[in-house]
Amino acid sequence: MGGTVSANHDRANLLEGRGLTKIFGTLTACDHIDLNIAKGEIHALLGENGAGKSTLVKMLFGSLEPNSGEIFWDGKPVKITSPGVAKKLGIGMVFQHFSLFEALTAAENIALSLNDGSPISTIAAKARALSFSYGLPLDPDSLVGDLSVGERQRIEIIRCLLQTPQLIILDEPTSVLTPQEADKLFETLERLRSEGKSILYISHRLEEVKRICDRATVLRHGKVVGHCNPREETAASLARMMVGSEVKAVVRAPAEGIETASALLEIRGLSRKPATPFAIPLKNINLTVRAGEVIGIAGVAGNGQGELFESVSGEVLQQDAGSVRIRGKDAGAFSITGRRLMGAAFVPEERLGHGAAPRMKLSENLLLSRHATDGKAFVGSGGMVKNGSVYSAAQRIITAMDVRKSAPDPEAAALSGGNLQKFIVGRELDRKPSVMIVNQPTWGVDAGAAAHIRQALIELARSGSAVLVISQDLDELFELSDAIAVMHNGELSKPLPIAEATFEKIGLLMGGAEPGHAEHGMEVA
Amino acid sequence: MDITVNILLTIATAATPLLIAAIGELVVERSGVLNLGVEGMMIMGAVGGFGAGYLTGSPWIGLLAAIIVGALFSLLFAVMTLSLATNQVATGLSLTLLGLGLSGMIGTSFVGQPGVRLPNLDIPGLSSIPVVGKLIFGQDPVFYISIALTAAVMWFLFKTRTGLTLRSIGDSHTSAHALGIKVIRYRYLAVMFGGACAGLAGGHLSLVYTPQWVENMSAGRGWIALALVVFASWRPWRVLAGAYIFGAVWIGQLHAQAFGIPVPSQFLSSLPYLATIVVLVLISRNKRLTMMNTPASLGQPFVPDR
Repeated sequence: MGGTVSANHDRANLLEGRGLTKIFGTLTACDHIDLNIAKGEIHALLGENGAGKSTLVKMLFGSLEPNSGEIFWDGKPVKITSPGVAKKLGIGMVFQHFSLFEALTAAENIALSLNDGSPISTIAAKARALSFSYGLPLDPDSLVGDLSVGERQRIEIIRCLLQTPQLIILDEPTSVLTPQEADKLFETLERLRSEGKSILYISHRLEEVKRICDRATVLRHGKVVGHCNPREETAASLARMMVGSEVKAVVRAPAEGIETASALLEIRGLSRKPATPFAIPLKNINLTVRAGEVIGIAGVAGNGQGELFESVSGEVLQQDAGSVRIRGKDAGAFSITGRRLMGAAFVPEERLGHGAAPRMKLSENLLLSRHATDGKAFVGSGGMVKNGSVYSAAQRIITAMDVRKSAPDPEAAALSGGNLQKFIVGRELDRKPSVMIVNQPTWGVDAGAAAHIRQALIELARSGSAVLVISQDLDELFELSDAIAVMHNGELSKPLPIAEATFEKIGLLMGGAEPGHAEHGMEVA
Repeated sequence: MDITVNILLTIATAATPLLIAAIGELVVERSGVLNLGVEGMMIMGAVGGFGAGYLTGSPWIGLLAAIIVGALFSLLFAVMTLSLATNQVATGLSLTLLGLGLSGMIGTSFVGQPGVRLPNLDIPGLSSIPVVGKLIFGQDPVFYISIALTAAVMWFLFKTRTGLTLRSIGDSHTSAHALGIKVIRYRYLAVMFGGACAGLAGGHLSLVYTPQWVENMSAGRGWIALALVVFASWRPWRVLAGAYIFGAVWIGQLHAQAFGIPVPSQFLSSLPYLATIVVLVLISRNKRLTMMNTPASLGQPFVPDR
């Protein structure tokens, strides 16, 4: 470790942050953070969700104003008061949640951030040329709303490169890419480094940090907890630095006798027209989930996973009642409550506003989702709510899932993302459903809580339920699935048994390759 | 022939205030702000315009005053919703209520007073050409302003960089802020432009349409302008089409009532609204185009976290 630091002393610092602090109300999101980025290096910023990474980079890019601390650019003190100032200095940023305008074309989006007054057609030509030279082909005249997330990412990157920045900040850039698209991105980053540019790379994916980054700064709870050379570390040692303790590994006992087990969830020729002009249609989806198994659905965001979840959960009803079958009965004509009564349980993607009502207490949220299925336990004669039994059921879930909270029965919005997700998953598990469908079970959840949720899902399956997990996180799917199917452009591939599945195979399917015709898929990447 | 020309002229006069107010509100909504105070700004423009014209004797000063009063009145809305991030719907509604009440109070001494009227354009020779002469060269000045304004707004929104920036703010103010665009400043200017337009539309009512002051003389035209913007899916030429359809059916049903056609007058009075909605819904069938033109951040308060 010492060797790394001295090696970097030779290089001048491009950007130096000293004692950067940002306080939101009672929360200190960043607490006296020091950060040095040398010229011509790829510097990783590591940390769990909520460690303060995004707050830190927003201060560097001028979107947030630090409460205290100084920033030096090329050795001189600077005040970055707005993104415009940051751009003038030579800082470019690729955002995690895209800052693109859906109703405008790619070229118009790029023009808006350049602000040099040249005509759109000139900018489009420049963008096209640059995108091809970096191997990130882009059609400047296409409407952003029509593009996949991977293509949108390209616009962000090209837009950033056109400003010829000295420092490029990338916030979780690979979370929306297929493994093959991510490889392309890494080549681009290495080329930029060879051109002498610096890159601040934010990620929680440790393998890729080990692969491309020269140095790393690790944050935990808003403080710097260490610097290291990621190449000399293992994924486990990096994880330990990020989390501060060992993360329990998820255990998945082999599933036995699944072939003969009864099919609890069957999707038969499910199709759906797009609900809005930018939405994805579902095309003839077929899938069977049997008792005792976990099936994972992989895919780049926006390929119809949300539409599939809505159709299967009953948020949208089907014309053909037989296209969704639960425990051997047609369920397509039933609403969410009807399907819950048949023994299914659902956890949607958005926690606040969809999975839980933010300003209602946990016990009230429990009653909201289960008043029909647990009518006898929660609602007495004459429709009066039995507050006592609802409260004790909520406490049972809180204990079972190890939900950490500040009050006995807090509002849903008062919980951290990970703890609320544990409660929502626990609320469904508590019913011992025979079919469980979860969309993005651990999105934005810290490592400890994620392991807990995954383990609980596996145990539910092994106790005889059918579990369907939709996720963008491939590591997660490999950890908990017995078979993985891939969604692309509204179509679902055949599930690949986990023993045969590799990152490469799944990645090709995510890019749109036909199973067995892998080479055709590369045109997308 | 003369009757036809006269009818066409009255249609233009009826459509002009709707068109001006709606074009102004279109720019406001394209920036992502929903100002329901059009009716209030219009009536304030009407009373301000009438008062200034009456006191100075110059209809032109009256017209200028109407524009300034409208813009200043909209500034109240801008401070509330943009700087203090209040709810836009509630603030806009109160702006309308305030405008209706305040104008009535200001205007008590104007009631029954003879007003001044903006003279129609009169180009010797050209204006006396049969039929087209009066239609093209002999209307009131505000009519020409309304047409020029529509063309200018179209050009501004879709051909200039500033217009692109304004549209981008309406699409996503958080993205615009992240790019370093001054969201609040743009919206202030847009809201005040909308206010100036509503004021001008009001001035047209009290200086051209019926050159006098009557309480509540805007008679719901601000609301019609608001509806036109939505039904025209935020596109200027459709606003123009909508305003003229409304004007045409409005004048048509007045004539029909005068002729004593045996149809209930309530039904005839509702025809302009029905016809405008039906036509604009029909031309907005293309869902994709409508989605593209709908400002996605419309009505959401924006508070930059710093």
